[in-house]
Amino acid sequence: MKTNWKYWIPICFVAFWGLIVISYRYAKPRYKPDNISDLLNDFSWLINWPKWLDFPLMQPINSGFDWLIMEYGLFFEGINYFLLGLYTTMKNSVVALPWPLVVILVIVMTYFVSGKKMSTTILIGFCTFFIGFLSPRYWDKAIMTTCIVFIGIFFCLVIGIPIGIAMARKPKLRKMILPVLDLMQTIPSFCYLIPGILLFGLGAVPAIISIFVYAAPPLIRLTDLGIRLVDKEIVEAADAFGASKKQKLWGVQIPLALPNIMQGVNQSVMMALAMVVIASMVGTRGIGDEVLLGLQQLNVGMATEAGIAIVLLAIIFDRVTQAYGDKIQDKTKPKNIKKV
Amino acid sequence: MPKIELKNVYKIFGEDPHSVLPLVKKGATKKEILAETDHTVGLDNVSISIEEGETFVCMGLSGSGKSTLIRHINRLIEPTEGVVLVDGVNVLEFNEKELLELRRHEMSMVFQRFGLFPHKTVLENVAYGLEVQGKSIEERNQTAEEQIHAVGLNGFEHQYPSQLSGGMQQRVGLARALATKPGILLMDEAFSALDPLIRNDMQNQLMELQSKLHKTIVFITHDLDESLKLGDHIGILNGGKLIQVGKPEEIIMSPADDYVTAFVKDVNRAKVLRAKTIMLSPDNPTINGKVSGETIKVLENSFIEEFLPQVIEKRTVVEVIDKDGNTSGYITEKELAQSLTKN
Repeated sequence: MKTNWKYWIPICFVAFWGLIVISYRYAKPRYKPDNISDLLNDFSWLINWPKWLDFPLMQPINSGFDWLIMEYGLFFEGINYFLLGLYTTMKNSVVALPWPLVVILVIVMTYFVSGKKMSTTILIGFCTFFIGFLSPRYWDKAIMTTCIVFIGIFFCLVIGIPIGIAMARKPKLRKMILPVLDLMQTIPSFCYLIPGILLFGLGAVPAIISIFVYAAPPLIRLTDLGIRLVDKEIVEAADAFGASKKQKLWGVQIPLALPNIMQGVNQSVMMALAMVVIASMVGTRGIGDEVLLGLQQLNVGMATEAGIAIVLLAIIFDRVTQAYGDKIQDKTKPKNIKKV
Repeated sequence: MPKIELKNVYKIFGEDPHSVLPLVKKGATKKEILAETDHTVGLDNVSISIEEGETFVCMGLSGSGKSTLIRHINRLIEPTEGVVLVDGVNVLEFNEKELLELRRHEMSMVFQRFGLFPHKTVLENVAYGLEVQGKSIEERNQTAEEQIHAVGLNGFEHQYPSQLSGGMQQRVGLARALATKPGILLMDEAFSALDPLIRNDMQNQLMELQSKLHKTIVFITHDLDESLKLGDHIGILNGGKLIQVGKPEEIIMSPADDYVTAFVKDVNRAKVLRAKTIMLSPDNPTINGKVSGETIKVLENSFIEEFLPQVIEKRTVVEVIDKDGNTSGYITEKELAQSLTKN
């Protein structure tokens, strides 16, 4: 659609002046000139930004936030209990297992998920063992971190993939959601960690929420892209045979977009791990707080050790999701072409 | 009643097609419309009717609107204005569900770049139409096996499309289209991506299948030889306008305008024209006295190239006979010379 400037120019003009009037109206009296006509006599306000030209955003956000806590406190408390319960159950059950069993479980899982690839399995087994081997304290903390990442990623998948699919289908919706994704990716993580603490308290829950905000956008984008990149003629073929929207989506579009979606999951997991380390600054327990501890004590060795443990964890996550993606791709595009 | 009928169909691509429609109706060309309004004319007042059981070939160069035309029949593209009738029913009035039923049972499509599902095996690809219909897996596998057999691909059922050559992939495409037993087969430049030898094979296979199945086929191509070979009727499109519709020999013998003339100029006429097209009836006065002694007997439907060598060798009159051996006409050297001369 062509932009209709005939309407938009006056609207923008009015909105701009409206904003200026609002900021003047709400500025503190001592910043304001005694009389508006002073502005025309004394032009010094053109040199330095005048203090009355300050759009009052902080106040309404603060009061809005207070209102949110007052009115919907119970609602957030509910979410908090649910997520915390989920996390604690998951963490406690894994921590209770003997560590050799956990290592073996990880190895077995990797073996099947990667399509029986020996090299990946050996690498993952080694990395898993080495986390505890670095320092016994890291074992339980790595499990905590992993549980938080798992729960965060679960929400990313459940909410992100349907949004991505919807975006691929409706260009208008995509236009609306893309700026939101940009916002989620560019806004500094502490800006939502702090409200997270206020709403959910210190600990694992604000970390899970932050993981969603930070790690869902790449997954949504790659799902959207993957679905749109499916060969047009193939989609047309499905249409021509009378496939309903549902049949087309599950039978053709999602299977063919799966390599891209898996790439999105991989990205999402890596970003979740990065976020969980940052979240240790707001009291989330896990392997990140070892780095923080090392930093506070100026203990270079300790921080490095913890850093290595995080890298090992990252290798595990990355290799497992990549190997799974490769396995799916092998299915859709057979490489071993037999000449006939 | 024609099987498929298009009446005054207009299709304009762009932001606001209806605003451009009056301009197109006034007779502005495709180029002018594009320059003035930034809209592309896909089809400009196209009306055709296709009889049951015939092969209708729609021919034109790229950008002539032929692919747009074929997609109107199963409504992959909606017309800006006009009527599309299939079995006398206006498919444009169909709701979502009726449209799906039409696509599932009445017609199927073969694509230029095959449009096969890379994640499905040959068997699953061929069975796709039946899967969409909701048939049981035994039933669709059985039908799919039969179709794979019909196109000569047995033994490849469990291969993936990427493991097959282009010609074989298009056989899968053809089998997939036939598996739902549709009355109408839409073929969008189905053989254009194949190399010449394979293309020839596929054309022969299609003609062989058609002689058994008698489907209504709408075939799109940019290749005149292909259209002359396959088509019972040919429609020539240029810039979204339908310029001429007729039997292959009508197109060759009396092209409607310069565009068609230029098209048919280099055609090997001996390969296209049939004996019955150029023969004179037995009671024609010019024959008198010429028919004497030995003649060469040929069937009505044989092409000139099939009996031309004999004529040159024996230098006698050709007697055209029908299936039962009755004389239906004669061809002298004069008719041969006339029909083979390029004008």
